[in-house]
Amino acid sequence: MDNIISVKNLNAYYNKKNHVLKNINIDIPRNKVMAIIGPSGCGKSTFIRCLNRMHEVVGGTIDGSIEVDGQDLMKVDPVLLRKQVGMVFQKPNPFPTMSIFNNVAAGLRLNGVRGKKTLAPIVEKSLRQAALWDEVKDNLDKSGMDLSGGQQQRLCIARTLAVNPKVILMDEPASALDPLSTSKIEDLIFELKNEYTIVIVTHNMQQASRVSDFTAFFYVGDLVEISDTRKMFTSPDNKKTEDYISGRFG
Amino acid sequence: MADNKFFYYKKKTINIIMISLSFGAALVAIIPLAFIFYYTISKGITYLNLSFFFEMPKPMGEDGGGMANAIMGTFYLVGIGGLIGVPVGIMAGTYLSEFGQNKFASMVRFMTDVLSGVPSIVVGVVAYTLVVLPMKHFSAYAGGIALAILMIPTITRTTEEMIKLVPHSIREAGLALGIPKWKTTVMIVLKTAWKGIATGILLGLSRVAGETAPLIFTALGNQFWSTDLGQPMASLSVYIYDYARSAYENVIQQAWTAALVLIILISILSLLFKIITRSKYKTKF
Repeated sequence: MDNIISVKNLNAYYNKKNHVLKNINIDIPRNKVMAIIGPSGCGKSTFIRCLNRMHEVVGGTIDGSIEVDGQDLMKVDPVLLRKQVGMVFQKPNPFPTMSIFNNVAAGLRLNGVRGKKTLAPIVEKSLRQAALWDEVKDNLDKSGMDLSGGQQQRLCIARTLAVNPKVILMDEPASALDPLSTSKIEDLIFELKNEYTIVIVTHNMQQASRVSDFTAFFYVGDLVEISDTRKMFTSPDNKKTEDYISGRFG
Repeated sequence: MADNKFFYYKKKTINIIMISLSFGAALVAIIPLAFIFYYTISKGITYLNLSFFFEMPKPMGEDGGGMANAIMGTFYLVGIGGLIGVPVGIMAGTYLSEFGQNKFASMVRFMTDVLSGVPSIVVGVVAYTLVVLPMKHFSAYAGGIALAILMIPTITRTTEEMIKLVPHSIREAGLALGIPKWKTTVMIVLKTAWKGIATGILLGLSRVAGETAPLIFTALGNQFWSTDLGQPMASLSVYIYDYARSAYENVIQQAWTAALVLIILISILSLLFKIITRSKYKTKF
């Protein structure tokens, strides 16, 4: 299978001492959705942060190897890497002083792409992909902060799409949203995997089973099990996985 | 039951007393300001006319004339101070907040706090030693530098505090889009904190606009119209100081007018800042 990300013997540490990921090996297939599940503090978020080197922003270090589209992750300039591997965060975080249009255009504009003529079609395309266009097309110069939480999160997804990444990392993108907004985000993930590879961290196992093709189960820094999502949720190999999925702990 | 009622009334009484006390304190806080306005307006209004803004001072004792040179001088001196102090303050504040998790930064933080407590007359003497003595004469440059030193701590610390209020998630959003760190800092973080930073700049500028002691040592003052930055320069605050000690009643009156004009100019400055920084987007997080 064609893997866009290949992680080998990954160890991650915070402040050089706190060992949060232990010897992780994962291959992430292109144009699929990979869900990362596990109880709090198991290293899920750290893992996806490593994939675009956002772990460095919060003081993490890693060893082992990560390849993204054939490039050694630690040898790529993080700025260039993050254009290929975008990220959507748990809490919607639109830029507060920017309009909806400028929020979506920010990634391009601040990397030297200028001119409303060039930007407008990209902004429209990204907002359409994020299923937000119809709701905001008449208010593109309004503040992104005036949108509802679910709309803000889709705005953040549109902002990520505008940079045209290959991979989108989502760190519990729906955990701060109501059920309706959550289902919109889930539909969106389903649409997006035609063009993008998605790695999604989630606390919600139903969500993992609904949106993902593959699921990885992390437990206190170890990768316990990784398999086809359907198999994972019907007949997991590991006892621990089964206990977690059936709600016996976590 | 009776006990309950007693506690209820006790609580209510204490509540009323405390609210009245805070209200009283708030009133006391604005009384000085009210007096300042009352006195400067009632005493300064006599000479407040167009010629005060456009005419030069008449010789002592002679009636009429204005303070065109002093008004211009105050603009120049605060301008030079701002030209130096604002960029230094903003950049230092940005450094402290975004890159300041080290020993050097905590030292800088401590020093700016100390600097903001140094009496302005001391800053004047220092600028005198550093600029006036080597140049061998008083100058607007020296005055501007003294004012810059005075406003840097205010602007630095406000900038730092305001940037710290910007949530970490906003920085992460910028970085995750592949925007370089310095651009994220300048175009996103500083922009988000801009309103607060502008308030800091305003505080810094208005504080130094009324400074007198450091200017006596540096820009000195000038009876004539001079825009030569290498020469002594007049300012409203120094005129107030000189004229208020005069023996002539009409000269003292002019000092009041100068004070009134200074207050008006600072108010206009505040208003301008309010308008400039008014944005159609709320900066709420």
